[in-house]
Amino acid sequence: MTAKCVVEMTVNEKRYSGLVEPRVSLADFLRDHLGLTGTHLGCEQGICGSCTILLNGETVRSCLLFAVQAHGATIVTIEGLAAKAKSGDSLHPIQQGFLETLGFQCGFCTPGFLMTIYEFLDENPSPSEDEIRERLSGNLCRCTGYQNIVAAVLWAAEHLRAK
Amino acid sequence: MPLLNLRLTRPKILVDLNGVSGLDHIRETSEGLAIGAMARQSRVERSSIVQERCPLLAEAIRHIGHLAIRHRGTIGGSLVHADPAAELPAVALAFDAQFVVSGDGMVRAIRAEEFFIDYLTTALRPDEILREIVFPVLQLSSGYAVEEIARRHGDFAVAGVVAIVHLGGDGRIADLRIALFGVAPTPVRARVVEQTLIGQQPNDELIRAAAALLSDMLDPPGDIRASSAYRKRAAAVLTVRALTRAVQLCHTRRLS
Repeated sequence: MTAKCVVEMTVNEKRYSGLVEPRVSLADFLRDHLGLTGTHLGCEQGICGSCTILLNGETVRSCLLFAVQAHGATIVTIEGLAAKAKSGDSLHPIQQGFLETLGFQCGFCTPGFLMTIYEFLDENPSPSEDEIRERLSGNLCRCTGYQNIVAAVLWAAEHLRAK
Repeated sequence: MPLLNLRLTRPKILVDLNGVSGLDHIRETSEGLAIGAMARQSRVERSSIVQERCPLLAEAIRHIGHLAIRHRGTIGGSLVHADPAAELPAVALAFDAQFVVSGDGMVRAIRAEEFFIDYLTTALRPDEILREIVFPVLQLSSGYAVEEIARRHGDFAVAGVVAIVHLGGDGRIADLRIALFGVAPTPVRARVVEQTLIGQQPNDELIRAAAALLSDMLDPPGDIRASSAYRKRAAAVLTVRALTRAVQLCHTRRLS
């Protein structure tokens, strides 16, 4: 048994600290220690994109980091996305877009998609369909066939531009 | 991390280099562009010095995984992992980049030619780390291209090619480097093709004939993604595409 380490981080604008073994992944820390189970674990090898979160403003796979590597970091998970909406609505326009266009079915992959799209639309507010498909190629969805997810991004981009 | 998560490797001790400072620089030196082993791929890809001095590197990095992977992935990590289907080892080989490694107070430089030994195996000793990689700066009269075939954008490449062409004042090929990836246990230089084309005035017919020589040189592995025969054919087709684009780029870069 390895000695535990103190880990402190800001998640969704709240300070957290915990005591973890160095082997614990950031995804497991968020889910099991902080109770933030919106971050989903699919493949645990960086392929599926379900566990995507924002670490210091950049998308990362939380299954590919140890919690101790995020010591001192600022993190946004799916639970903190709605608070990023400027309007104060209960859903972020990207989330609303998924609802409007039926961009999800089982919802397992959705949190990872939403975080990826958040970073994407921040960089590129008016993406083409091709650009959307290319950027989303790192997130796997086994239900929707992707068409409605692309539609959701277009919906969200339009509504974000209007604000 | 995937190797750990899949329990393919079970190290007793793991040392995280993220806490070590002085390993993530990107700077121009007299020998070329020196990039620290821990420089993030997404930062190198967007760096203005890299785009200006070694745009081939930025182009190659865009083929690596996805942005969320490149935000954490490092230049050194890709090179030391030495996956035969990876882009950066082939870029390093095409440039014959220098690998600066150190261990136990000793610093040594290894040429890319000698760095990649076998599948996932490099000349790095167990007590050494990679500190930086020095890529020669691309001359303005050089053209370059990275071409690869993957099932989807960001997937492991089935096969790929990195080409660097230098045209002389007479329009003949003065220097040519071609490195293939995904077709052997390590990236490989396509010397037969290089030797055939150096000194020639490049045209479509010559390029196609030279690339056809690859079929005798290569014996690629077959696996779940593609058969050996497919990889062989893909390597030749990609070489034609890369050379054609690199030669065109020579002309546009020279005019600009």
